[in-house]
This record gives sequence, structure tokens and C-alpha cells, in this order.
Amino acid sequence: MAIHRHDNHKSANAFMEWVDQRFPATKVWNEHLAEYMAAKNFNFWYFFGSLAILMLVVQIATGIFLTMHYKPDAELAFASVEYIMRDVPFGWLVRYLHSTGASMFFVVVYLHMFRGVIYGSHREPRELVWLIGCVIFVALMAEAFMGYLLPWGNMSYWGAQVILSLFDVIPFVGPALTEWIRGDFVISDATLNRFFAFHVILLPLILVALVFLHLVALHQVGSNNPDGIDIYENLDEDGKPVDGIPFFPYIVIKDLIGVAGFLIVYLGIVFFWPDFGGIFLEKDNFAPANPLQTPPDIVPLWYFTPFYSILRASTTSLLFALQIITGIVFIWMWLRAKVSIKAKVALSVVAAGVMVGLMLGSGKAWGVVLMAAAIVCFFLLPWLDRSPVYSIRYRSMPFKIALVLFLVAFFILGYLGMNAPTPAKTLLAQVCTVIYFAFFALMPWFTSIGQTKPEPSRVTYEAH
Amino acid sequence: MADNNVSDVNANGMSVEDQKRRRFLTGITAGFGAVGVGAAVVPFVLSMSPSERAKNAGAPVQYDFSKIQEGQLVKVEWRGKPVVLLKRSGEMMAGLDTIKGSLADPDSAASIQPGYAQNNQRADAARPELLVMEGVCTHLGCSPVEKLAIGPDPQMGEDSQGGFFCPCHGSKFDLAGRVYKDVPATTNMPVPPYKFEGSVITIGEDDGRNA
Repeated sequence: MAIHRHDNHKSANAFMEWVDQRFPATKVWNEHLAEYMAAKNFNFWYFFGSLAILMLVVQIATGIFLTMHYKPDAELAFASVEYIMRDVPFGWLVRYLHSTGASMFFVVVYLHMFRGVIYGSHREPRELVWLIGCVIFVALMAEAFMGYLLPWGNMSYWGAQVILSLFDVIPFVGPALTEWIRGDFVISDATLNRFFAFHVILLPLILVALVFLHLVALHQVGSNNPDGIDIYENLDEDGKPVDGIPFFPYIVIKDLIGVAGFLIVYLGIVFFWPDFGGIFLEKDNFAPANPLQTPPDIVPLWYFTPFYSILRASTTSLLFALQIITGIVFIWMWLRAKVSIKAKVALSVVAAGVMVGLMLGSGKAWGVVLMAAAIVCFFLLPWLDRSPVYSIRYRSMPFKIALVLFLVAFFILGYLGMNAPTPAKTLLAQVCTVIYFAFFALMPWFTSIGQTKPEPSRVTYEAH
Repeated sequence: MADNNVSDVNANGMSVEDQKRRRFLTGITAGFGAVGVGAAVVPFVLSMSPSERAKNAGAPVQYDFSKIQEGQLVKVEWRGKPVVLLKRSGEMMAGLDTIKGSLADPDSAASIQPGYAQNNQRADAARPELLVMEGVCTHLGCSPVEKLAIGPDPQMGEDSQGGFFCPCHGSKFDLAGRVYKDVPATTNMPVPPYKFEGSVITIGEDDGRNA
């Protein structure tokens, strides 16, 4: 047998040599673990990528055991979850690991995304890593939404009713599309059955595939670091970055410390506080689905509430405010912005379109558009961020102020989404919605002004 | 015509005519393949539409409304949706006129109801006090909570004339299901077709009448 391809990865022994001639085991191990160089100054923010993978594995593993007892049938579903909780040996543990796991997955993913924003990990050349990550975020939201219908509690039912009705506002095809997704004229057994299929087969497959692509893209460009500088600009005589250390074993060992700390928190909640005060498991979901009775305080799970608040804040007065803001930005741009006349004309057309659209559409349709836009904004970050430096350590003051404002608005929106709407709370949600979108719309401006600090040529690191 | 030497030389050695022919054949094969894949997708897509069993579940329902007291509200399930039956008191009926200015669609021009219910009470003139309405918010399909009391209410406002409040996104409706201004919902709650036979109301059937 002739071996045509050679590479310089030395097999450890005769057996591995036999394998390596047929399968690139040593090559993959070296390129992605033993010789994948990461900056030596990784801090705790870098735990959350590997923790997200851990949570994906935990959710898949616990999910497999739950499907052994769960019945995806409107008549049986609620009772089968109670059966898991009461009669199946350690069923309560598997179920709480899964339900708490869903929330912890989102905690980890939100922190992972925030890490990207503060250290500029979404910037060139990592745009595709970021974009694939955003798609993972959307797929994860779909996965969580469908999983939440399965216990067939009253909040499951009405949450699904609200979110599926969002598609109704799509012109012409909306109502037919919702009917097709539900498989019935209302949320019913047919809906539950197909959500089960999507939740346990389709979306997990998509998520695993996307995570694979996320890592392939990351390993093509290399990991960022807390200083946001390129470690490949300082190489030693072997061509390895002087500030880099191999992912295996160094980063793996470090991540295991993160895993240990994370498990203390995660299992602490699982064992001592699994409903997390009604935030991880909502009290209305301890009653079976009732198509005639909307729960008094219908709220989605906490990880959707910022976006849900934006949906809810969209009333005629918000649209009016958005029109005025679009107008001001438009005038300011003509007078002040240093862009070409072509770009000004193009942006004017966009602004005019937005203003006419805001006049024509109803608050309901725009609520859905704004909620979708709130998520789409994340996809655009690599191109909205114009700062000459990547890391928050060297960023200008305007960026730091804007980021803090955005965080405050995001948390307030999340809090308001968990509470019943009142006129004052709706107004606050509208103010925060404006701040949310202003953060993205004005990012090209506030990232290009102010004094940035000089970036170091080597990563900031002190040996312990 | 056919050049038998093609297989002996590489692709770049092909004549222009043969290259064109290869492109055409590749294109048409891929095109038909795409049509085939599209056709194969159709049955899977259609399998997700409502089944015959689901379609048959939409029969009319009947209810003896003489059991309902003045000012009392009952909910009946029709096609899986809650239908509100409310026998409004004189005070409640009077309130419908006073709030017209704060409604988004006071004449129900943009809302769904049979012709005989497109009036100020949104009810059949034979029983104007009886509100028959799908208790489904026109925003995103929640079931609004009844706020029947007249007077200040934390959600309905200081001078509430009674109505319905949607806990999901804060839409407000009056006691005829008409939506207030500046809330997420923009149309009134739908009125289903209905008819009376003595004290029995049939929801979902009106023999095609319009008045």
C-alpha cells in the first residue's frame, strides 16, 4: 500500500503509526490541542467557551434519559413529567439537571458573548467565529423555546401561544404559516408532538454541527486574548508565539478549574434551589395547560425577557419617538458625519424608508420587527465597532460609558419582562429600548471618538 | 461530430463546442435534480399541515345563557379558543358610550365580527346586553383577564368603565372588546358568528345571516 500524504506529525508508537496512515489522529490532536497555541494571559472570562460545550453535553445526556420516561402527548405529557419527578428513581435529579441546565447554558452563553464584546473577539479576523456564534445563539433560543412547551404546563402553553403568534404579522402568509407550524388551529397535541421532534432530534443535531463549525473557524484564525493583540506578531525561533502556550495541557487544566467552580454553583442550584425563586421553573408551570385560562402574569423564561420587553414596549408612542430619533440622526448625519456623499444618499434612503415604514405599520407588527432587529444587531457588531483597539483595557471612555448604559438598559429590560406591565413600566421599557438600539446605531460613532490607550506589544502577564 | 480523443486529453483540451455541451448537460442535470429534490420536499412540508382530525374538531357549541346572571361572565370553549359570554348591566352598557374617545377602533371598522355585531355594543340587536366574543387578544393571542368592576384599577386606569386587560403585553379592551389607543393590540377582539334559539345560544353558526 502506498501512502501518498505525509505530514510532520510524529506518531507516538507503532500502533498510532498504523492508525495515522489511515486516519489523521495525531495530526488532529496536535493541530487542535497539543500544538494549538493560546495566549498565556487568559483570565476567567475564557472559562465560558468550554463551559458552554460542557452544558451542551450535559443537556444532551440528561435529555436522553428524560426521553426514556417522557410522553409527548397532550393527554399524558404533564403527568409523565410528574411521574419522572416522583416515581422514576433519581428522575428528579435528571430533570432538575436538565431544567437548571437550560438556564445555566444561557448564563454561560451570555457571559461568553459579553467576553467577546469587551475584548474585541468579534473583530477582524474573527468575524465568522462571531457570526457562527450568533447563529448558535438563535438556534439555542429555538431549542429552549421548544423544550419549554414539553412539560405542557400552563405557562408552556401560553408562552408558545404568544411566540407562535409572532409569525401572524408576516404579511400575506403569516396566518397560514402559524397554522402550518402548529399543525392545528390552536396549540394542540400536534404542536407538542412536533416540538418534541424538533427539540430532541433536529435542533440538537444543528447545534452540534454549528459548534463544530464555530471551533473550525476559531482554530483557523486563533484565539483572541484579554489584551486584544495578535500573539503571532512575536514569534520565537521555532515560529511559535512567545506569549502562547499549548491548549493541551495548559488551557485544559485551567478550564477544569473553571468547571469545578461552575459545578459548585450549578449543582448547588440543582440540589437546593431548583426553581430559583420562580425564575428557572415558573410557578404557573406547575399547573397543567389550560387553553381557557391565561396565567395572570405571563412571562417567558428569564433569558428571553430583554427581547420580550422590547416586543411589549412597541406601542404607537414608541414608534413616534423612533421617528423623531431617526429624523434627528438623519439631519445630524447630513451636517456633521464625515462620510462620502454616496453613503449619505444611501443612508438617507434607509432613513426615509424607516420613517415611512414606522408610519404605515402597526405597533404589533413593529414589535415583532424590533424584537427580531434586537437579535440581528448582534450579528452586525464586527462591522459596527470601529475602534482602533480591541480590548476594553485600551478603549476610549465613550465606549465604556456606552457599554455601561447598554448593560443597564439590557438588565432593566430583562427585569421588566419578568413583571406585569403598568404604564410607568412600559415607559421605562421604551426608554431602555431606545438605549438598546442607540448602542448599536451609534457604535460606529462612539467607537471612533475619544482617546484610546496604546496597546502593548506583548500580552500583560505576571508569572505567579 | 463527437471527438473520441476527448478522454485522452485534459478538460482544457476540449473544443469550445464540447465545453459548451458539457456545461449545458451539467446545468440541465443539476436543474432537474433540484426539481426532484423540491418535489420530494413537498410531502414532508404538507405532512405538517393540520390533519383531517384537527379540521373536523371545529363544530359549533351550544350554551343555555339563561343561567348567566346580570354582570356575570362565563367562558365556553369553541375550536379550542375561550369564548366569553357576558351579560352586561345597565351601568356597564352606559359606560360603553363615555369612553369612545379613548378607543383605537370605536366603530369596529378594522375588526372581525359578523355584520349584526358591528355596532356600539358589538352584539346582536336581539340581545344587546349579551357580549359574545372570542376572549383572545388580537396582539399575540393571550386570553385577557376580565376587569368587570367600574372604577379605578391598577391596570385599567383611574376612570375605568370596566373591560379586559391582557396580562401578556398590557393591551386594554372595553366591555365590548374594543381596544384602547396606544396599547400593543390594534384591533378589537373578534366576535364569532352566533344565533339564538330561545335561551340557547349556538356559537360558530348563524345560518349566514347578516342582521
